[in-house]
Amino acid sequence: MLDATGRTILAISGGAGELSLFGLRAMRDAFRPPFEFGEILRQLHELGLRSAPLIAVSGVAVGVVLSMHTRASLERFGAESMIPAGLAMVLVRETGPLTAALLLSGRIGAGIGAELGAMRVTEQIDALEASAVDAFKYLVVTRALACVIALPILTTVMNFCGMLGGFLAEHAASGMSLRLYFDRSFSVIDVADYVPATMKTMVFGFIIAVTSSYLGFTTTSGTEGVGRASTRSVVVSSILIIVSNVILVRLIFFLFPGLSP
Amino acid sequence: MSVVAGRALEQESAVVAAATLAVQLDRVSKSFDDKRVLDQVSLSVEKGTGLVILGRSGTGKSVTLRTIIGLVRPDSGRVLVEGEDVCAMTRQRLNEVRRRMGFLFQTAALFDSITVGENVAFPLRRHTNLKEREIRERAREKLEQVGLGQEYNKMPASLSGGMRKRAGLARAMALDPPVLLVDEPSAGLDPLTTDEIDDLLAGLKDQRHTTLIVVTHNMASARKLADRLVLLHDGRVEAEGTLADFERSDSPLVRAFMTSDNAG
Repeated sequence: MLDATGRTILAISGGAGELSLFGLRAMRDAFRPPFEFGEILRQLHELGLRSAPLIAVSGVAVGVVLSMHTRASLERFGAESMIPAGLAMVLVRETGPLTAALLLSGRIGAGIGAELGAMRVTEQIDALEASAVDAFKYLVVTRALACVIALPILTTVMNFCGMLGGFLAEHAASGMSLRLYFDRSFSVIDVADYVPATMKTMVFGFIIAVTSSYLGFTTTSGTEGVGRASTRSVVVSSILIIVSNVILVRLIFFLFPGLSP
Repeated sequence: MSVVAGRALEQESAVVAAATLAVQLDRVSKSFDDKRVLDQVSLSVEKGTGLVILGRSGTGKSVTLRTIIGLVRPDSGRVLVEGEDVCAMTRQRLNEVRRRMGFLFQTAALFDSITVGENVAFPLRRHTNLKEREIRERAREKLEQVGLGQEYNKMPASLSGGMRKRAGLARAMALDPPVLLVDEPSAGLDPLTTDEIDDLLAGLKDQRHTTLIVVTHNMASARKLADRLVLLHDGRVEAEGTLADFERSDSPLVRAFMTSDNAG
């Protein structure tokens, strides 16, 4: 029993260490030529643009649900007029970034884990190396940069669509106009609310890309291993996002004292 | 002899070796987990000649090829390509050396997200300054050489195993490398196509003086391509020599290979 627990702890520590080194290498190589701009653009299209519909639809749905819950709570105090501002604050500061990151860890993380895992077991990664191409730079760094660029943009899309969803629910319930709704929403949002919360998704993007690339790169055991890499990519990157979010929120409150409660 | 004179002689022989030898393995050993795959393997290949590596499955033939191109790092020993130790190279230098080698993988290892033509064009796009039109022409020309001229726009998944292998060979030849490492070129091919591929490889060796290092089980291919043969057994060199040496060998394993069904 103790043996098994010890082995598990050692395996987890070893994996965490390797993943950290993998991430550090990705950071270092991001600043070293060649920069693979073509591949970064291709990944931005694959990982970023193609995720936009998922983020937009989810954003609207989250906005509608949040608006309905907020109305149910604020109605008791006769504070329905605060719904747009409250919803905007919740979305921009926390719900938008975290929901977008978790959704994308599902879509992008599973995709990268499966793709690189399949490339590993079919020797395509070796074929890249044999073709005198740095496979790590070509496959990992490009995906990490694409995710770091795409996540804040997709989070902004999520926030906007969430507000739009909130408006639809509010318009249906009270007939509030679009202009009034957005006037009230933006009246409470400050740059300091938007920028740090959105920029932290760059870290989430890096976590998703590096974790799933690592699990894909180290895939063994054929197609079964590919499936495992894909699933683990989602699970591990989701956990890391949630844990790192706690640290990042603490850090944001430290750097921007005006935002803390 | 003084130490200085000894070193000078050593350097001189290294220079001579670099001028005549394309690839040299010097007491290379490699283990995966507890299994020793290569055990003190030494071999050398002269420029413009063909070395065929024979051996039963799992005796370290593919690992030998991977060691030469730097995909597998040996635990001990040296791997010299044109006199330079692959293991001691910087990443940049290793890539320069890799550009001078083509590698056909046992599974072909085509990039499955791009077309067959783009697979062959990939090394040309990465490592040459050719114009787009020239890249396409050259990729098509290489595909025609392996009988796949019509398959340029097909995806690798739509090809048969043998066709994929030929496409992999076209990609390996794309940069006209002076050294070609070929892992089981006839696996999964019909006898006629095997003959065509063997003739193509033999032509590269005879006309372009390409150095060939070929792993195969097919003795008919070995007879066509080999200037020298090496037989690996349990990670060690069991026999080495010319085809005539192998014909005369008393080793039961060599005889078993020479008289096998596909001995040609």
